[in-house]
Amino acid sequence: MVKVLVPSGALGLGYDKTALKRGIAAKPDIIAIDGGSTDSGPAYLGRGVSKYSRASTKVEWAGLIEARQKAGVPLVIGTAGTCGADSAVDWFVGITKEVLAETGLRAKIAVLKSGQSADMVHGALEGGRLSPLPPAPEVDAGILHDCTNIVALAGAEQINAALDTGADIIIAGRTTDTAIIAALPLARGCHSGAAWHGAKVGECGALCATNPQSGVILVEFDDESFTVTPLADGANATPHTVSAHMLYENSDPFILYEPGGHLDVTGARYEALDRTRVRVTGSEWVPSDRYTVKLEGARRAGFQSVLLTLLRDRRYVENARDWCDDIARKCTAKARDRLGIAPEDFEIELRIIGECATFGELENRFSGSVELGVLGIVTAGTAEMADEIGKMLNPYLLHHPLTTDEEQPTFAFPFSPAEIERGEIFEFCLNHVMELDDPMEAFRLEVHENG
Amino acid sequence: MAELGQIVEKVRSKNAGPFWLTIDIFCGSAEAFQRVSDGVSTDRVARLFNTAPEKMKRFDIASLNVVKFSLPRPHVQGTRADRDMHGASWAALVAEMTLN
Repeated sequence: MVKVLVPSGALGLGYDKTALKRGIAAKPDIIAIDGGSTDSGPAYLGRGVSKYSRASTKVEWAGLIEARQKAGVPLVIGTAGTCGADSAVDWFVGITKEVLAETGLRAKIAVLKSGQSADMVHGALEGGRLSPLPPAPEVDAGILHDCTNIVALAGAEQINAALDTGADIIIAGRTTDTAIIAALPLARGCHSGAAWHGAKVGECGALCATNPQSGVILVEFDDESFTVTPLADGANATPHTVSAHMLYENSDPFILYEPGGHLDVTGARYEALDRTRVRVTGSEWVPSDRYTVKLEGARRAGFQSVLLTLLRDRRYVENARDWCDDIARKCTAKARDRLGIAPEDFEIELRIIGECATFGELENRFSGSVELGVLGIVTAGTAEMADEIGKMLNPYLLHHPLTTDEEQPTFAFPFSPAEIERGEIFEFCLNHVMELDDPMEAFRLEVHENG
Repeated sequence: MAELGQIVEKVRSKNAGPFWLTIDIFCGSAEAFQRVSDGVSTDRVARLFNTAPEKMKRFDIASLNVVKFSLPRPHVQGTRADRDMHGASWAALVAEMTLN
């Protein structure tokens, strides 16, 4: 029997402290928490930074380090710093050392790094060891070298290598969401289907239960099953909430691919042990012939400046699309003329906020608005160029008339300056798996004795 | 004629990684499940997203009263053309479909 305490779906979302105490009282074998996801977009991986505030991260992490000390068991975080890039891991290690220094606690830290060099991935591409997953974008050496960060998603093998160092705290770069939970049960010989399925159900904390924002759950694994116990007041797992969680952010609710194989829950049986707990049997792990890890990469995609203007005049609201199209055409011509740049070097988009802003051309509902926002989005090859074009767009968004014979209108700018620099932007450019001879081949493990 | 969103418990859409969108229709009852399962064709959902039906995955899960669709995202998450980073708004497009 292995008990994994999951304090929350992600560090930075908070957790219920009373429930965490209950979790520690239940004598877990490990505390595991996810630190990231691609869900907030490519900029975090592109920049190699966390999306959460440093202060929030530190407070929540300090609480878990204290809990770990009381429990006397390892604490592991996967995908540290949102994206799991090496720089985000270093940032997280820095926070950890600060917490240890301030609290006077001692801990051995294992750091697992998932960053990949463009050359190594290019070598895998050339050597036929990179396979696309549908719908994968095309890749070549140029695109790979345009990435500011490429990471490989570690699985249970790499987490277990880190646990084997005897570390108290494991800070991992990019891992699959499930690996940090499945690793110890697998190492101790629990049922492999149950280990991965329980990990998938547990990876979002109490999202698999009622009162989903309460965070803390305990997942117990044995040689044929796993059992989920939410620990906050008012949080109950039911066969429905647990089985429905396989749907969550998963394109196939029965199959989950992991390094070294896949989980198949087609035959899983969900049984309510009481009002709170659910036991699951019958999940199957199917090992693969090749050992592959999934890659994520964020490539440079230019620089942006944005502007927002507000239309409240009825005639302009009713003719907003024509107004925007006219401005985009005139400003594009002006930018080409005055900056001497080619059309493919920049883009001016005027997105009407309040009309098709969310679905674009897929929108099928239209209703009149009292007012509309117009978001000017300028993309160019350098920050200076984006700023220059933004400044050319500014007078149009402030004063452009629908007709030449009317008094010059003035629209509502909510800010001064009106241009907002967004900095460099990024795009996800890899949906591929890379074949490895040895699971540790693409990962690096460091051990820090601390305190 | 009723809107799908009015006869089911909830429609949820989420990213399933940066390249896929997944839509879960929680029907709430066996009766509503049957209505959605029979009344919503994959072709119609594909047309809503201007995609080919063969690119869609569909799961009719009677034990959960859920009908699930997954499809390649209309635009890859976070590209310039993408308008909804977390993909959660797309549920409305499905919820507003009419059912006989």
